[in-house]
Amino acid sequence: MVDWGVFIVCAVIVLSGSIGVVISRNPVHSALSLVATLFGVAVLFLEQDAQLLAAVQVIVYTGAIVVLILFVIMLLGVDQEEDLGEEPLVGQRILAGIGVAALLASLLLVIIGVAHHGLTGKPSSSAALSKTQTNVAQLGHSIFTTWIFPFEITAGLLTIAVIGAVVMARRPDSYEPLPEPEPMTDRPEEEQAELVDAEEAGS
Amino acid sequence: MILATLNDTSYLVLSAMVFCIGAFGVLIRRNPLVMLMCVELMLNAVNLTFVTFGRMLNDISGQVIVFFVLVVAAAEVVVGLGIIVAIARRRPGATADDVSLLRG
Repeated sequence: MVDWGVFIVCAVIVLSGSIGVVISRNPVHSALSLVATLFGVAVLFLEQDAQLLAAVQVIVYTGAIVVLILFVIMLLGVDQEEDLGEEPLVGQRILAGIGVAALLASLLLVIIGVAHHGLTGKPSSSAALSKTQTNVAQLGHSIFTTWIFPFEITAGLLTIAVIGAVVMARRPDSYEPLPEPEPMTDRPEEEQAELVDAEEAGS
Repeated sequence: MILATLNDTSYLVLSAMVFCIGAFGVLIRRNPLVMLMCVELMLNAVNLTFVTFGRMLNDISGQVIVFFVLVVAAAEVVVGLGIIVAIARRRPGATADDVSLLRG
């Protein structure tokens, strides 16, 4: 039914891409690894006969979202490399690793349960996957009949998100950067230098 | 039948692994942009799970919900990037640890 070769190739791409997102020093490389992961997931959608979602995945995610992230990286000039060798909080990575390993173990337990006992949900509770209709037609029919109210709400959500992004990213009228954090010494460096100069002049 | 079960399980295992990698990235990285990308990874893993469960239960709703998740993810990225731009404009080069103005 499902081609194992396609699945294995996609799984390798998806896993290596997602590891690349996490361990890349440069945010640009992270974004490019994210593109690889999203393409792999799109192919996996196609494998499961979700053609519309595969197309939307490529158009919305890799076409819009990742490009937006790359624009912000370039705009802010935050593409400097991050030193991953130092650990800002002691034990952070070990604790995170333990927590994530526990999460993965519990998820795998659930999946083993699904493989042994099957799913508990009721099959085809809203509408069965059609054999005659195309995926696009069936999904469109379902969205515009059963799910019409959530669909209308997403319109409001997108409008609010766009307005919120414009308001937040707008340069304020009274623009002043936050003061730098206080230095560790009692006096700023210039003042100390002045004091040293005055003492030398006095002596 | 056995082959079909094996396939469903392999999709679920793959998305569980991607979800955990994304969660690990959110926990250990300090660059807010990279954290946002790791959240996208987690959302994609959940999308893959939805499509797989929808196919296993022979139900179109799994794909409809993925459609809505995509919309919400787009809105989330737009708002998140707006916040990052606003922070970076006031304090360039800020990491997630530097945004501690509200700390008690």
